[in-house]
Amino acid sequence: MVTVLLITIPLFFGVVSFFIRDDFMRRGVIVACSGAHLALTCFAWGKQDFGLLGGWFVFDDVSFVFLIITSVLFLGASLYGVQYLSNESGHFKDENKKHKIFSNEAVFSGCFLLFLSTMTTVIASQHLALLWVGVEATTLASAPLIYFHRTKRSLEATWKYLLICSVGIAVALLGIFFLAVANNNQSEMLLAKVIENAWQINIPWLKAAFLLLFVGYGTKMGLAPFHTWLPDAHSEAPSVVSALLSGALLNCAFLGILRGYQICIAAGLQSYCQEIFIVFGLLSILFAAVFILGQTDYKRMLAYSSIEHMGIITLGIGLGGGAVFGAMANMLGHSLTKAGLFFVAGNIFSYFKTKKISDIQGIAAGEMCRSGVLWMVGFLLITGMPPSVIFFGKFIILKEALLQGRYGVTVCFLITLAVVFIGMTRIFISMVQGVSAEKKSKSDLRQANAFWRTLTPVVFFVLAIGIGVFFPVWLTRALEAAAKGLGWF
Amino acid sequence: MEMPIDFVIVTVLLMNLMMLSSSRIRTCIQIAAVQGILVGFMPVIIDIHSILPGIIIISFFSIILKGMIFPGLLFRALREANIRKEVEPLGGYPLSLLMGVLMFALSFWLTSRLEYAQPLISYLAAPVSFATFFTGALIIVSRMKAITQVIGYLVLENGIFLFGAVFLGAQSFLVELAILLDIFVAVFVMGIAIFHISREFDHIDTHKLSELKDLITKK
Repeated sequence: MVTVLLITIPLFFGVVSFFIRDDFMRRGVIVACSGAHLALTCFAWGKQDFGLLGGWFVFDDVSFVFLIITSVLFLGASLYGVQYLSNESGHFKDENKKHKIFSNEAVFSGCFLLFLSTMTTVIASQHLALLWVGVEATTLASAPLIYFHRTKRSLEATWKYLLICSVGIAVALLGIFFLAVANNNQSEMLLAKVIENAWQINIPWLKAAFLLLFVGYGTKMGLAPFHTWLPDAHSEAPSVVSALLSGALLNCAFLGILRGYQICIAAGLQSYCQEIFIVFGLLSILFAAVFILGQTDYKRMLAYSSIEHMGIITLGIGLGGGAVFGAMANMLGHSLTKAGLFFVAGNIFSYFKTKKISDIQGIAAGEMCRSGVLWMVGFLLITGMPPSVIFFGKFIILKEALLQGRYGVTVCFLITLAVVFIGMTRIFISMVQGVSAEKKSKSDLRQANAFWRTLTPVVFFVLAIGIGVFFPVWLTRALEAAAKGLGWF
Repeated sequence: MEMPIDFVIVTVLLMNLMMLSSSRIRTCIQIAAVQGILVGFMPVIIDIHSILPGIIIISFFSIILKGMIFPGLLFRALREANIRKEVEPLGGYPLSLLMGVLMFALSFWLTSRLEYAQPLISYLAAPVSFATFFTGALIIVSRMKAITQVIGYLVLENGIFLFGAVFLGAQSFLVELAILLDIFVAVFVMGIAIFHISREFDHIDTHKLSELKDLITKK
């Protein structure tokens, strides 16, 4: 029942908030919904819930970690977003009245909640075709969010996102059909049933199906070389949306691949899949490293860093063994830290009004010192400095690679990580240090330093450090349970 | 092997080639619509002896959607965007056609490598559905306009649906309805995006949408 509520509450209020005229009330609905979502998630913790519709929507051990991340991120984003919307609303005042059915902000709020609902659908789906439906729906719900600023650039990003992801996900649909053929059309496409019958599955068809699923959902997840939509969408979307795309959506797409992987493990194809994971994982880190080095736009830089982390997570899953746990820890750390960094990037953009790295200097020295410090802390956390949970994750992955004697993989991994670190250091240091040349208006400063817009990244960074230092038992159990479902024994 | 099934499948294949060679966007939309209707009939034709109500509903919805609603949406976008009605392929029509034929050969080769557990309804089904899929991808890549990219997406979906109809038979029909709903919303949202693109840019040529780039590709 909880599962159904988790999906339907944001769905219902998402549709409703299209029609709410009052800004204040609409913003309240967003926060209340996201809060209720997190509360229900905590309530569902550790309980066996059989859901409705014959077990089509249930959270299992693997997906629960994804649910926690998504839920926490949405609450943070809603708090940040509400303040962001009240700051931005001035820009759209005159446009609101003109022959438009829904105001820009109403579309944003509605799609925000629909995005939460569709994402929860993806996480809860035990039926592989429904999971596909959910992933496609996340694309459609988030496209209007990317187009929030109504500029030419954001329109271009939205179009690329819509088209590339829709075609990519169509490939995944073909993969699901292949899987059904491999399964001899015997049962419905329920994950548990497919895994149960995996011993008699047709291996060549399953291999082809996994490849198609990997390419399809990999496009959405931003694995190189299918990542082309990602930097555009992340840089042109409002920062709240970028945080959600990067921290929650990419993980959800990865869950689609992991579902295919679970079936392959049951059918004895684990090593076949692992090679694919390792190759594309390393390739993604390499692509990110190359593009971060010469980057001129700080939001694009963050986007490429997301590609890097998706590569690390994929690599960790591919190495198997203890690295699966490391990948899960890395995913948790990346979602929290990257969302926080995008929030800070939003504050920096509100003040400086530019995304060019070369135009920004001395954030830490001037009026924006809070954001400057946060920007630097976020940088240290995302590159995996010791107190961060990302350090923990990367370290375990590295250890596993060495234990398995994969020295080539280890060397590639370390070199590309070093390149990413150097590239990001140059960018962050040049932005933070120096003297800020010009004074901006008071209202810009007030927006950029607003309470919730500073507090949410602080909370996320504290969580990322706190988990890295203490690693609470309940969380370890949840991650272990997820890792066990993915071939960690 | 039954005659009507093969007849429909070959028609679908010929429509791919027609699509690649036709120069008017209007014609392309019509071809995609007719192809969609044919594919929509497939589930009924295959199980002609034992038709379940679920199959009829699915067929009905997909024919309505692909034969009426999608072309309607696209024609509306075409009218409102007020654009030149030519397709403008990269590399010209002969090259497109040649690629189309090559893709059909490739699909034959690809599908010949897969083994089937059950006897097939038609030996042409798998290669043609692959060829349709590839044709859709080719249209998306090689045509210049946003609206032709949507047409390509529809053709690609037709290919996937042909595969699904022939190889899967009746799955749970709620799920298939959900998939159709998703594709409907996708095309709807793309239609809105085309309208915005034509308003913002005064054209819908996607190769001119190139403001977002990285340093390395720029120089």
